[in-house]
Amino acid sequence: MSVAINPAAAAAVTTPEARRSKDPKESYRPNWTTTILLILASLTVLIPLYFAIAMSLKTAAEAASGTGLTWPWPMQFGNFAEAWTLTDFPRAFIISLLISVVSVAGAIVLSSLASYAIARNWEHRGFRYSYFYLLAAMFIPFPVIALPQIKLTAAVGLDNPLGVALLHIMFQLSFSVLLYSAFLRSIPHELEESARIDGASTWQVFWKLIFPLLAPMNATVGIFAFLASWNDFMMPSLITADSRLQTLPVVQNIFQQQFNTEYNVAFASYLMAMAPTILVYIFAQRWVLSGVTRGAIK
Amino acid sequence: MTATASRGTQRRAPATDAPARAGRTGKPRVEPIFYAFLFPAIALFSLAITLPALIGMFYSVTDYVGFGEYDFIGFGNYAALFTDPRILSSYGFTMGFSLVTVIAVNALALALAIGLNSKIKFKTALRGIFFIPMVISGIVIAYVFNYLFSNTLPALTGTGSLLVDPNLAWLSIVIVTAWQSIPSAIIIYLAGLLAIPEEVYEAGSLDGATGWRQFTSITLPLVAGYVVINTVLGFKGFLNAYEIIIGLTNGGPGTATFSVAMTIFTGFTSGDYAYQMANAVIFFIVTVVVSILQLQLIRRRGVSL
Repeated sequence: MSVAINPAAAAAVTTPEARRSKDPKESYRPNWTTTILLILASLTVLIPLYFAIAMSLKTAAEAASGTGLTWPWPMQFGNFAEAWTLTDFPRAFIISLLISVVSVAGAIVLSSLASYAIARNWEHRGFRYSYFYLLAAMFIPFPVIALPQIKLTAAVGLDNPLGVALLHIMFQLSFSVLLYSAFLRSIPHELEESARIDGASTWQVFWKLIFPLLAPMNATVGIFAFLASWNDFMMPSLITADSRLQTLPVVQNIFQQQFNTEYNVAFASYLMAMAPTILVYIFAQRWVLSGVTRGAIK
Repeated sequence: MTATASRGTQRRAPATDAPARAGRTGKPRVEPIFYAFLFPAIALFSLAITLPALIGMFYSVTDYVGFGEYDFIGFGNYAALFTDPRILSSYGFTMGFSLVTVIAVNALALALAIGLNSKIKFKTALRGIFFIPMVISGIVIAYVFNYLFSNTLPALTGTGSLLVDPNLAWLSIVIVTAWQSIPSAIIIYLAGLLAIPEEVYEAGSLDGATGWRQFTSITLPLVAGYVVINTVLGFKGFLNAYEIIIGLTNGGPGTATFSVAMTIFTGFTSGDYAYQMANAVIFFIVTVVVSILQLQLIRRRGVSL
């Protein structure tokens, strides 16, 4: 989540680090006390993850007794197969992916187009008001309009993953427009004017010139839209009527609803639900963090 | 639209006046394609957000149960809300929980950000670890913690489960919500800390400001704006607490941890649709008032948002 701060802050953020990195290597003496404290603090993140992995590899009897923290031997990889069929993992995964991809694409295209129109026509009242209109949704959380939305989506046949994706786009719109607008203001008009002199239409200017220039913001908007959409529980669980069309986070509730003592299978399933984003994050960490940081300081 | 006002004065070719710029001779015309750019977002937004909001406000002054006929009953639903112990307790819980979580998240995130920003070993790896909770689904992590609270902790400490203690169950929700929210707060604080020039610390240390003194006299005042940002963003998010509660206590024990969002959603199954819509309108007003109060705070602190 994030908020618009003075754009100067964005520039300020990069400079001190750049300067610091020029310091000679010898002056970098690590502070071991802080390092050790941070390593201890990081256990609060690592232990629950370790615990989830350990649980997922136990037998049902092992998982139902003790603290759950002991490492199981032999490891029961069969739990993953059982969780896979129990939750119908491929289907839930594909539905989650579908919703996320539509949300990301929709958020990027809709809000970049709208922001461009707004930024280039700011002196016209209609566009200015549109900006504040779209931004006002930041104050309308989903629970406030959930009940009519559930009814409306059902009435128009959107009580399915497509409706969920659409709502994800809409709830992401304010934030995305905010990010794009801030970024668009920093793109000089001269660039566009020279393209126009060469005979490009506004449509071409946007897709051939502006949209590529927006690449860093596209990444930021995309990351936020993806995380919000992929991990959401509230909207799919309330909007989607058919339980066979539920997303990965929502299908995990089958381990809660029935009387269930197979914690090992449940944890194997939780782990499979967590794995995709964690794996993507680990492999694209630098990229994800720079994108998220851009969102935080804009 | 506004374009008509300046239409008569503009004689330049559309191709050159399209990149609209203020400060010239009046307002240039709006190129029609810009309306096409803006329209999809505005139209879908109006249908998906504004329309349901208006429908909700409409039903909040009726006795609609979710289907069938209904009558207008004025502000009866609103009046009833303020004396309904279930509603009042959900607001009490949600506000209290949000307040405690905001404080916990800010204190811990600032401490961790300062640590991660200092000269430490394994900086990249540590940052990487601390940001992991941000990418995990709240409901799944709540399920994991559910077992930790109900089985692991009691087995280790010999006490009862946190989740079934009516007085302490809320604490489990604070812990898991903080666990998930701290990374994004750290990111904002790191941005704030990086914006503080090294020279400020060097000058401070010449005057003897080190350690705790350095924190209270230099770091804290200079990141004050980011504290406010994290508070506003955090509070607004925590007010909507839902999935972590579902995964941990499901509102229990009793209704001790029933949040406002959960209460509103019961309107769909319990037949008090209109009543919960009135609740949603009140909840919206509360959200806006809380945000405005916090934004006032920002203005007074002189932070440019």
